[in-house]
Amino acid sequence: MAPAVKSEGRDAIKRRALLSRAVFLVPGLTYITAFMLIPLGFIIAYTFLSRGTYGGIEFIFTSENYTRALDSLYIGVLVKSILIAAAATLLAFLIGFPVAYAITKLPTNRQNIMLVLIVLPFWTNFLIRTYAWIVLLNTQGFLNKGLINIGVISQPLELLYKPGAIVLGLLYAYIPLMILPIYSSLVRIDPAMKEAAINLGATPAQAFRQVTLPLALPGVLIGAIFVFVPSVGNFIVPELLGGGKTIMVGNLIRDQFLKARDWPFGSVLALSMVIMLCALFFIQARVNRRVLGDARA
Amino acid sequence: MRISRTAVAATAVAGLLLGLTACSSSDTGASALDSNADLSTQTLTISNWAAYYPEDLAAKFEEKFGTKVTIANHATNEEIMAKLTAGGDSGIDVAFVSGQFAQALAAQGLIETLDKSFIPNEANLVPEAAELSYDKGNKYSMPYAWGTTGICYRADLMKGNEPTSWNDLLMPKPKFKGKVTMLATERWLMLPAQKALGYSINTQDEAEMGKVKDLLIKAKSNLLAYDDTTFYERLVSGEAVMVEAWDGWCNYGIAKNKNIKFVVPSEGSDLWADTMVILKTSKNKEAAHALINHIFDKDVHSWVVDNILYKVPNIPAMEKSLPALVGDFPNMGITPAELLKGEGIVDLGKASALYTRIATEVTAK
Repeated sequence: MAPAVKSEGRDAIKRRALLSRAVFLVPGLTYITAFMLIPLGFIIAYTFLSRGTYGGIEFIFTSENYTRALDSLYIGVLVKSILIAAAATLLAFLIGFPVAYAITKLPTNRQNIMLVLIVLPFWTNFLIRTYAWIVLLNTQGFLNKGLINIGVISQPLELLYKPGAIVLGLLYAYIPLMILPIYSSLVRIDPAMKEAAINLGATPAQAFRQVTLPLALPGVLIGAIFVFVPSVGNFIVPELLGGGKTIMVGNLIRDQFLKARDWPFGSVLALSMVIMLCALFFIQARVNRRVLGDARA
Repeated sequence: MRISRTAVAATAVAGLLLGLTACSSSDTGASALDSNADLSTQTLTISNWAAYYPEDLAAKFEEKFGTKVTIANHATNEEIMAKLTAGGDSGIDVAFVSGQFAQALAAQGLIETLDKSFIPNEANLVPEAAELSYDKGNKYSMPYAWGTTGICYRADLMKGNEPTSWNDLLMPKPKFKGKVTMLATERWLMLPAQKALGYSINTQDEAEMGKVKDLLIKAKSNLLAYDDTTFYERLVSGEAVMVEAWDGWCNYGIAKNKNIKFVVPSEGSDLWADTMVILKTSKNKEAAHALINHIFDKDVHSWVVDNILYKVPNIPAMEKSLPALVGDFPNMGITPAELLKGEGIVDLGKASALYTRIATEVTAK
């Protein structure tokens, strides 16, 4: 009799655990369904329909939107966007990693202050922060006027309205998203690991390269995705700092919906971005599993 | 895991079906207006560009007619068009859109034919403003403000080289290279090249548009930027010496620096108009007509002249406000006859895809 009661109790506990898990999942799943999966279904449906003359869609099935997306014009824009976003991501890593590393070397209370300082610029509106670069860098701006006044240059430097300025704007906007995940990876590394490496004869440089860096890789990858994804889809920075002379995929998508009134083609472009980003997350998850697996082994 | 994946697919399919079935329906047939309608039982929702109307417009109208008025703002024509063409009732009674967009809304049967007996202040309308090509006779729309596009420039920095032709903007003298901006919105991005080549700004000819593209790509290397919003500031700071500009916006630069001048190039330009339209879905059509009539009141309409520095097609409003302004802002004195020399912008229908493609090719180069 006693064992039976026990097993019944265990079942009840298991059932209750399952139930509570389901209850906790409801808000998240509802949110994802309502605001992601259903809209995604709309986007997929739109990609096979025709453009209405005055915007909207016409219910005529076509696959032309897909063939059009393969036009060299749009592929060119995509490649340029990827290169610009990749440059911003690489620079964010080169600057962000040392910053994150340095922060982990500080006493804990100082670390928190530094992290707050890194997030602080986010409290100002993104548009205003981007405009600020125009005020700083234009030919009549603070930097040029200052350099001319102290005699370093005689003609103002043309720093804005070229791809380099877009990279700078994206780097500035998103570098905190690189620093924070790298920091959280680095701070979790057990100091004993590095000590062990050094005790076993590794130089500090070797210990950094063979122990610290690989263990920080998951953070680096997350940071890279966090910087790359919003960069590649950004349309404000190319417009303001690029002077509208370089367009990126984000501009292209925005223009299809708001200017060209071509929702089906805009949907194809948006969908291709979603697929590309899913692929990135897939790669990140793979690498992550490999690194963490190695660390455990 | 397997279950959730099926659920994901099922939901996506559900969305797909929803997308396919969510079709728009528009009922036709204009309903007769009731001249005895009690306006205080009606409510109005208006969508207009931010800061393009008197701040107390809603309060004043409510005071006069008892109609509760809500004003929503839009930033661009495209933004309000997306709302109005999305299907169903947008909840908007009166929308402010540019003429070519009013034309598109009329072609789709989304806006009401105006009953002019409810707009007695139409008597104030400049006669030329009933001849605009997007809506001859103002059947569906009443013009709110109008003007043209030209070159806004710093006379002090361009002494002896003042621009007179669109070519001066597209192919500037070497010392002005990199100190020029052009408008980014498609129709005005094309305009300088179309006019320089002697084409219509509404051309749908692919060969002509091919030449327009080549000229715009050549011109791009001389540009500082494409700019729709801060071009007059760039003139004030001296970052630019000449910019393609709407007449009213050039005035904002002139207000800060008297050396800024406006010229309509010799090849001619456009005639743009922003209009007021009433949506077919509106259930408050009497109040909507009363609002348009109210705007055409001399004292209400002159606010636009005094504060936005735009010309309005309203004879007494211009007579009231112009004398004080025309000295400082000469382009306010452009007469209706002169404006009418500009080519009216009309909607391109299917050919707008050609314009978008060329705009993308130019900016992606």
